[in-house]
Amino acid sequence: MTKLKSILAGATALVALALPAAAQTNVKIGILSDMSSLYTDLAGAGSVLAARMAVDDFGAAAKGLKVDFVSADHQNKPDVGSNVVRQWIDVDKVDVIVDVPNSGVSLAVNGVVKEKNKVFLVSGAATSALTGPACSPNTIHWTYDTWALANGTGSAIVKTGGDTWFFLTADYAFGQQLEADTSAVINKMGGKIVGSVRHPLNSNDFSSFLLQAQSSKAKIIGLANAGGDTVNSIKQAAEFGIVRGGQNLAGLLVFLTDVHALGLDAAQGLIMTSAFYWDQNDATRAFAKRFAAGNKGIHPTMVHAGVYSAVTHYLKAVSALKNAADGKAVVDKMKATPTDDALFGKGEVRKDGRKIHDMYLFEVKKPSESKAPWDYYKLRATIPAAQAFRPLADGKCPLVGG
Amino acid sequence: MNGFFGMPRHHALLTVGILVFLVVAPTFIYPVFLMKVLCFALFACAFNLLLGYVGLLSFGHAMFFGGAAYITAHSAKVWGWPFELAILAGMATAAALGLIVGILAIRRQGIYFAMITLALAQMQYFLALQAKFTGGEDGIQKVPRGYLFGVIDLNNDLSLYAVVAVIFVAAFLLIYRIVHSPFGQVLKAIRENEPRATSLGYKADHYKLIAFVLSATLVGLAGSVKSIVFQLASLTDVHWTMSGEAVLMTLVGGLGTIFGPIAGAAVIISMENYLAQLGPWVTVVQGVIFVICVLAFRRGIVGELARLLRKSL
Amino acid sequence: MHEIFGIPPQALFGQLLLGLINGSFYATLSLGLAIIFGLLNIINFTHGAQYMMGAFVAWMLLNWLGLNYWAALVIAPVLVGAFGVLIERTMLRHLYKLDHLYGLLLTFGLALIIQGVFRNYFGSSGLPYRIPDALRGGTDLGFMFMPNYRGWVIAVSLVVCLVTWFVIEKTKLGAYLRAATENPPLVQAFGINVPRMVTLTYGFGVALAAFSGVLAAPIYQVSPQMGADLIIVVFAVVVIGGMGSIMGAILTGFGLGVIEGLTKVFYPEASATVIFVVMAIVLLVKPAGLFGRVR
Repeated sequence: MTKLKSILAGATALVALALPAAAQTNVKIGILSDMSSLYTDLAGAGSVLAARMAVDDFGAAAKGLKVDFVSADHQNKPDVGSNVVRQWIDVDKVDVIVDVPNSGVSLAVNGVVKEKNKVFLVSGAATSALTGPACSPNTIHWTYDTWALANGTGSAIVKTGGDTWFFLTADYAFGQQLEADTSAVINKMGGKIVGSVRHPLNSNDFSSFLLQAQSSKAKIIGLANAGGDTVNSIKQAAEFGIVRGGQNLAGLLVFLTDVHALGLDAAQGLIMTSAFYWDQNDATRAFAKRFAAGNKGIHPTMVHAGVYSAVTHYLKAVSALKNAADGKAVVDKMKATPTDDALFGKGEVRKDGRKIHDMYLFEVKKPSESKAPWDYYKLRATIPAAQAFRPLADGKCPLVGG
Repeated sequence: MNGFFGMPRHHALLTVGILVFLVVAPTFIYPVFLMKVLCFALFACAFNLLLGYVGLLSFGHAMFFGGAAYITAHSAKVWGWPFELAILAGMATAAALGLIVGILAIRRQGIYFAMITLALAQMQYFLALQAKFTGGEDGIQKVPRGYLFGVIDLNNDLSLYAVVAVIFVAAFLLIYRIVHSPFGQVLKAIRENEPRATSLGYKADHYKLIAFVLSATLVGLAGSVKSIVFQLASLTDVHWTMSGEAVLMTLVGGLGTIFGPIAGAAVIISMENYLAQLGPWVTVVQGVIFVICVLAFRRGIVGELARLLRKSL
Repeated sequence: MHEIFGIPPQALFGQLLLGLINGSFYATLSLGLAIIFGLLNIINFTHGAQYMMGAFVAWMLLNWLGLNYWAALVIAPVLVGAFGVLIERTMLRHLYKLDHLYGLLLTFGLALIIQGVFRNYFGSSGLPYRIPDALRGGTDLGFMFMPNYRGWVIAVSLVVCLVTWFVIEKTKLGAYLRAATENPPLVQAFGINVPRMVTLTYGFGVALAAFSGVLAAPIYQVSPQMGADLIIVVFAVVVIGGMGSIMGAILTGFGLGVIEGLTKVFYPEASATVIFVVMAIVLLVKPAGLFGRVR
């Protein structure tokens, strides 16, 4: 197989050499996302739209790139996801896999893409393992990760006096990692963890857990869960008067669409870390307006923005190389080139595949402060790129050593 | 053509047809997809052994499928066991689980049997979620495919396909033999009229238990092979929806027909595979198909065909 | 202070009460499921989707027509119940003489369709629904802060469950219903329109699901997934209570809510699994469920 592959690669290279310079380069983008379940709104069809917008804005056709799209639903199952990606690469000749919310699925896809030497641009998944032990020369983790969220939210809150924590953690590898990452930050800053409770995924009722959090007397209740679980815990915390009782909630993974689903009434005062908010500057607002028009009015989340930004940078690298076939070469080119786009500004891709940019600490507005639909966040602090992500040396990524 | 596993002529023809298809298919169908179909076809056939021929609806077969997948994946990845041993370890696990669950559940009937198997499967799901070695929702990933007998490199999709196809055919013929053996006749007698079978001196519970363990073991084989093909064992494999999937495949293909589950698995897996492109409408389309099946084609694909041809398939 | 298993008694009271509240959802839902199973012999896998529809109809009534919670509490069950009647008339009635499996498969397919359509229209992250003003705030019970709305949930569920039980077990109408389960031709011979009774019963079971959906809307997120996982738990409740036993479904619903609540304190990770442990034990010891009769 390896032999066959190298022959094939050689042949492709020959063909590429033989063709006149003006020939167009074919690129096929595969957007693998959650199209039918809990992450649909924060990624899903919106991610497909964001990728298309990136291709249009880049002017791909004028630059000699012929770009095709495929998209599929991974149903949040690692086996479905890895199977789709295998088939995409082997049969449909897909060059790059984009998005993939859900950490388990993204880790599975990560392995397949590395084996087949294509490119994997992660926007939706959270696990920091993608640039840690599981890092790959074919993968770039673009938007955020558990470490960045834990670091941003955890340290900001401890600094402002929230030094005792109680965790509500989804009893899953992902939730446990979020809790562990945040605990590390809190302990380092001199805060204290007074307790935690692990709840099954998709628990409907959080009142029992909230009551335990209440009697712990912790100042901060950290929500190390996602999607519907976070939304329900916040909603029920309001019902049980947790915040009025003097405790505060810290959502460790909250997206714009979650806040929209909660309504400001229940979500106000919530502090969270994000890589992007649509109402930051003229460029983001213009993007959001176009995006919302094509996405049933749903404004872009950081996952959508990350897809846009990642695809843009990818196209730059491919148009420079005039070839998308060798995934590792494309990723190396992307790492060598500084990033610059309308949504994330200037940044870089690190050796371990971590994309580096500023992160932001936001607070959800009170209903009285919100002037328009989707006007939800106010900026509390900017976390400079250099501090926003896990230091290169701490990740245990094999690509880094030596 | 009685020499061919003692099959009647139309069965032998169909089997040969399947064999020919299996040989030529990889030239025009993606082999990994074919392997997925074969794994699930085996799953459904083994499940049908219980539902179609003993009349026992188990709602917990994901337990054997996923349990075997986990053990195979773990022994291949962490302990470095070769392909054959890893698969056997998975099957042995499924057989042991099948024996325990069988002893507990076999005395109940109908919906109560289904619910007790479901309950036990849910407990196993919980254990899989809590145990360290299963890797939570990430599952056991990057399971090495290894070498068959230390020689044939299974990382090549085509060689692995050949191995999977041989395993499938062997297991299918075994199930065929079981169903058409005197033992199988007793099972059917129990399904039709248990008190009568008992009065004839057959210990119904013994027969049911043996059938249950056989079914569990073969389902385990399917799970083990699946974990090697996809190099992954995950919570999906032990979730109750996986048990539901087996029920669906069997029903869509044709309950109590020997070829039905194969057709059912092919249809359901193709649907999942090709509908994935439809994005948000996948579940709606699936739902519509189930409704149509129940309202219009209740015997399943092969069942309806058999009725048209007036032959048992 | 005395502690029970390391937990102060006040906190334990609080948890018991919360368990009872969750149990009231299980009770109302499993009651509907038990009635449908008892009379139609159908395992209604659409029950979770119909519960979700109840919540969504409440949301639509509020946001599109400006009708408040109290109106929704009446209108939503009627609308969703009518939808149930439609399903029964067009599809389910062809399946009564067949194995349970077919009814299960059909209703499962319907649930997929309904959830898919709602997700495509409303998205997956859900919609906010406020607690009605009259029930906002809470009462300090000494051992815990009790939101008024939860108090209302438990009270109204108890009333609905008991009234339903009374109608089925103690009135003439209920007697016809039960008789029709045992021997439809005979009841038909007495001049009672059995098919219509069956249709209306299904509609009523569905309406009960929608009713709990409306009750749930202010405290759980109104989302297309909200009923998807619930159905299997609720069905377990029915089985533990004894299939077809009305009182069994009600008592087991409340009881399992409490057991689940206690698990959330002592072994929270297992709180989603404990119901199945109970089910396995019950079925091994009492094959027909706690309140069921062996037929």
